Amino acid sequence: MEIKKETVSIFVVNQPNVLIRIVSLFSRRGFDIESLTFSATADINVSRITVVFNCTKPVLEQIIHQTEKLEVVIKAVALEEDFKIERELLLSKMFFDDSNISAIKDAIDVYHGEIISLKKEYLIFVVTGDTKKIDSFVEIMQKYKLIEFCRTGITALGQGTKRALLNK
Amino acid sequence: MRLTGSQIIMETLLEQGVDTVFGYPGGAALNIYNEFYNYRDKIRHVMTAHEQGAAHAADGYSRTSKKTGVVIATSGPGATNLVTGIATAFMDSVPMVAITANVPDSLIGRDSFQEICITGVTMPITKHNFFVNRIEDLAAVMREAFRIANDGRKGPVLVDVTKDVTGNYYEYTKEEKKIEEKEPIKIKNDEVLAEVVELINNAKRPVIFYGGGVRAADAREELVELMDKANIPCTHTIMAAGVNDYDDPRNMGLIGMHGTIAANNAMDKADVVIALGTRFSDRVALNREKFAANAIKIQVDIDISEINKNVIVDYSIIGDVKDFLQVIIPQIRENNRDEWIEEVTSLRKMSDASLKDNGYMHPKELITSICENTDKDTIYVTDVGQHQMWAAQYLKDRKTKGFVTSGGLGTMGFGYGAAIGVQVANPNMRVVHFTGDGSFHMNLNEACTAVSENLPIITVILNNTVLGMVYQWQTIFYDKKYSGTKPGRKTDFVKVGEGFGVKGYKANTIEELNSAFADALKQEGPVWIECAIDPNERVLPMIPGGGTVEDMIIG
Repeated sequence: MEIKKETVSIFVVNQPNVLIRIVSLFSRRGFDIESLTFSATADINVSRITVVFNCTKPVLEQIIHQTEKLEVVIKAVALEEDFKIERELLLSKMFFDDSNISAIKDAIDVYHGEIISLKKEYLIFVVTGDTKKIDSFVEIMQKYKLIEFCRTGITALGQGTKRALLNK
Repeated sequence: MRLTGSQIIMETLLEQGVDTVFGYPGGAALNIYNEFYNYRDKIRHVMTAHEQGAAHAADGYSRTSKKTGVVIATSGPGATNLVTGIATAFMDSVPMVAITANVPDSLIGRDSFQEICITGVTMPITKHNFFVNRIEDLAAVMREAFRIANDGRKGPVLVDVTKDVTGNYYEYTKEEKKIEEKEPIKIKNDEVLAEVVELINNAKRPVIFYGGGVRAADAREELVELMDKANIPCTHTIMAAGVNDYDDPRNMGLIGMHGTIAANNAMDKADVVIALGTRFSDRVALNREKFAANAIKIQVDIDISEINKNVIVDYSIIGDVKDFLQVIIPQIRENNRDEWIEEVTSLRKMSDASLKDNGYMHPKELITSICENTDKDTIYVTDVGQHQMWAAQYLKDRKTKGFVTSGGLGTMGFGYGAAIGVQVANPNMRVVHFTGDGSFHMNLNEACTAVSENLPIITVILNNTVLGMVYQWQTIFYDKKYSGTKPGRKTDFVKVGEGFGVKGYKANTIEELNSAFADALKQEGPVWIECAIDPNERVLPMIPGGGTVEDMIIG
């Protein structure tokens, strides 16, 4: 059985302790998390947690059912592979000098990123994209004097006119 | 009406029809206990020796009544002492509400005296838990706690209330307990149901395999109706021991690690398996891939997360087992299945263990004798270990009205507290508590509770002086290296019992047991009967973990 990346949107009540309930469930059931992001929704009482799991299809079924058993969870929806849009954001801090500043700028342009802070010796830039795009940019960054970087993990929406929360 | 938080707790308990609570007081719970005193004509409070005993009592009470057991403890160590009891109820899907008092809100999070974050500790072992530090939330939380405990697959819920809330005043309005409408059974579509019925009707070697869900759904009648109409043999997990008559020729008995030859073989040969209210635990489906490998498997359960969790099944129906049976029985054809029944019956004959004559009572004679000599409708309660397996294997008789055991967590020390809860819930039934010397040493101090409450529980101690089940594994798999299983205790149970105010007997032969038991039935208070058992007696058959029918050890 193939292990793939599966993206799940989990709608929860907006209360203290919700995140720990969700994450401790994944931990004790051995569900492998790739990334997790937490967001508000249009409804002030509902929050949306987007998690990417590494799992097989049967395990994905277990994830959905076990998560929905929690009282704080309203709904858990697996977003379909070819029917979703995902984005994450990368912030990165690098040293630069006259010899490589052009190359760095070009690379950032190709990836539709932006330099948001330019100082004497270093710069900070931002790039957004899906996981594959960010992964490949991180590889490119290794060529330069990287100081540190930070990724958010993906947030995602399914395609279509219906809200995922109202999915059958 | 302006009431204190403690009064609101009492009133919401009364809303839910609660008239009995098990518990142990303490500093943080003083306000609550003040109200237990004021409400003593409406709510009976049973104080135990230890909070663990109170939790097990609430559990036993829930399992053998249509009510929700309630246990109350104070903060810190009082709350942590409930953990094993709550986990036991969680693993066996028993509805229970645990109320713990906590330190005042101003002291929370400061490592205060007797402060513990019990909601954090019990998160993995409750269906849900609540921390109440605002009085305006209290009544709604209490009602919600009972709703969650009883909704769908039942389980324990904990409510942690800070001391200041128990003393503050707030406006309370009585609410009638809402009768929740049961969810109708969910099937993908009517075609699936029709297919399932066809499969059952055309099956040549069907087996009905049922577990705790059949008890929880109170579906015994429907189960027997299906077996009668379609002539299908059955097997069960320990959680459903006693549901069907031991003497029914189609009842193949226990399945799994210590299941019968008939049950394990029949499951292997079956072409259709109907799994009702059972979760294919690792004690049953020892090898997840090979369990009932030749059969089309139909699983009916109220909890969707149990489908395909351990064993992959072909058809699943989500809902109450009783409802499912009521829907399909009219569509089931009558069927003889003589050949299959004959095969099963001949397998059953192989199951009778030969009784060695080694000077000790054999567990089978002991348990059978008690079942045959009990005076009225009896509920059996066990602890954990060899005695538990023997009780599940040999329990019989139409007077058996219940079998209470810690199947999921396997908690030694569960028995006495649970028996207390069972007897309190069923004052007119006979309660017999089977235990081993190992399990009994853990919580025998609850005898003081049985004495104070005058509960005529008959405790039968199968004393083999060793930690039986672990000893057995060490005999078979660890080269007889008896590590930590031969404590060499010198406990004189009769003397100890008498010290508590319990009448004690010793029995080394069946005659002595019969005479002691006959006398015990006449006693008004609790009784202990200590019976000597051979330490080298094994629970058989046995299939080790990961094994199949081929790995079964019979002798």
